[in-house]
Amino acid sequence: MTSRTFVAACLVPLAAFTLAFLALPLVRLLQGSVETEAGWAIYLQILQKPRYLETLVNTVLVSLAVSVTALLISTVAGVFLARNRFFGRGLLLSILTLPLAFPGVVVGFMIILLGGRQGLFNQLLPGHVVFAYSLTGLFLGYLYFSIPRVLLTVMAAVEKLDPALEEAARTLGASPLRVVVDVILPGLAPSLVAAGAIAFATAMGAFGTAFTLATNIDVLPMVIYTEFTLSANIAMASALSVLLGLVTWVLLLAARSFTGTTVAAGG
Amino acid sequence: MNRSFSWWLQLAVTLLTAAFLIVPAIQSILAGLTVSYFRGLSSGLTLKWITRVWELYADSIFLSLWLAVSCLVVTLVIGVPAAYALARNPGRLSRVLEEFISLPLAVPGLALALALLQLYGTVTGFRTSWTFILVGHVLYTLPFMVRSVLAVLMAMDFKTLEESAATLGATAPTRFWTIIVPNAMPGILAGALTVVTLSIGEFNLTWMLHTPYLKTLPVGLADSYASMRLEVASAYTLIFFVMIVPLLMAMQWATARAQRIAQ
Repeated sequence: MTSRTFVAACLVPLAAFTLAFLALPLVRLLQGSVETEAGWAIYLQILQKPRYLETLVNTVLVSLAVSVTALLISTVAGVFLARNRFFGRGLLLSILTLPLAFPGVVVGFMIILLGGRQGLFNQLLPGHVVFAYSLTGLFLGYLYFSIPRVLLTVMAAVEKLDPALEEAARTLGASPLRVVVDVILPGLAPSLVAAGAIAFATAMGAFGTAFTLATNIDVLPMVIYTEFTLSANIAMASALSVLLGLVTWVLLLAARSFTGTTVAAGG
Repeated sequence: MNRSFSWWLQLAVTLLTAAFLIVPAIQSILAGLTVSYFRGLSSGLTLKWITRVWELYADSIFLSLWLAVSCLVVTLVIGVPAAYALARNPGRLSRVLEEFISLPLAVPGLALALALLQLYGTVTGFRTSWTFILVGHVLYTLPFMVRSVLAVLMAMDFKTLEESAATLGATAPTRFWTIIVPNAMPGILAGALTVVTLSIGEFNLTWMLHTPYLKTLPVGLADSYASMRLEVASAYTLIFFVMIVPLLMAMQWATARAQRIAQ
């Protein structure tokens, strides 16, 4: 066997698997979305029917709020952990990255333990404090799985920053706040944009968390699920999936062109 | 040592965030081991709920382990040679292919599952077998294996090594087994641990692809959250933690090691 044929043969299993289980199914999904009488106009219907449009707006707003909050929290914690060495730092870092391996359902359960009917807040605080099944619960759940992802991206970026720049700013008399605003944040900007995009895309596609919390708030993945299983409206479920997939894919592609990191978009 | 106000503020944010993440996890560990969650720890500790979970969901746990191992085997067979081929031909076409197989990282699992269901949902023998779930898991984990191996290969001068071996008479398959695979081992290990960790925890695709007779661990978790008492759900989550946390730590260690080599 020549070297060239061997290398080509190495690609055959991947090509076969990808064609059969990725390329063809995606084509079928697109085809399935335009199979009804409406044809391609089904994509227009998403914007015309209030139920779908509302869902779309809800999903984007929740994802946006989660991304911004996760960025704020994770930047503070990330810069802090990257720049300080103290007892217990390793443990803190482990705790903050632990949820990376949690499926969305487990994250949902964590929020139920905090804010559900038998939750911590309802037991500790007077009155009826239940927020797990509301928009707050959904927001906190998404935040729960976004923080570790954003934190890791931020910390990797902080470690690449040159501490000499900060020292220079400090010797020139800049206040700690000025150092953050003029030196650290501009240096982190590309990574922050990328991390935000990753958090946003992950939140947009998150299904397990919303599923466990069983909220009344319609987010896109839940609507796709109900359209497919309960209403058997396969064309609409497919059209919404295509739309969702395109949005998250384009966002993550843009994010990667900023930093070159890959994080799984589970949740 | 004098700490500024902003230092304490940053510490407070970090600690609060860590508390937000760890407190419910600790709650679930405790709830899974207490006699009555409602009455609290004073009701005593018990392994009753763990045993109950084992009676109810042992099949799910074994199915998940079986799927993870099968998924690992398939991603190794497909991914390692593919990474080698991509490293041998670093060009635009390879970039496009790498990008395409990475789609399942970006496209939500629900959408992928819907696509698979529409194309293969009517193939009964396949739809109802565990291999249907396996396909979903391979789809989702394969890009991690390919990228992890590819990153290590791209960082080393494997072409020179291969050329030396070729002049000594080694054939292409021999060179693959004796040069590429051993040298790519850190990447393969990191990829393998990632594949197993992700496969055991996969829910979004699996929920759509599973049948009532084929429930994986996370599917069972969703089931217990919806229909079991809190202690059972917590005990099941505890079992999941015990499985996934060591895997996650091993995965993080192996990935950091592979990245150091790839730099």
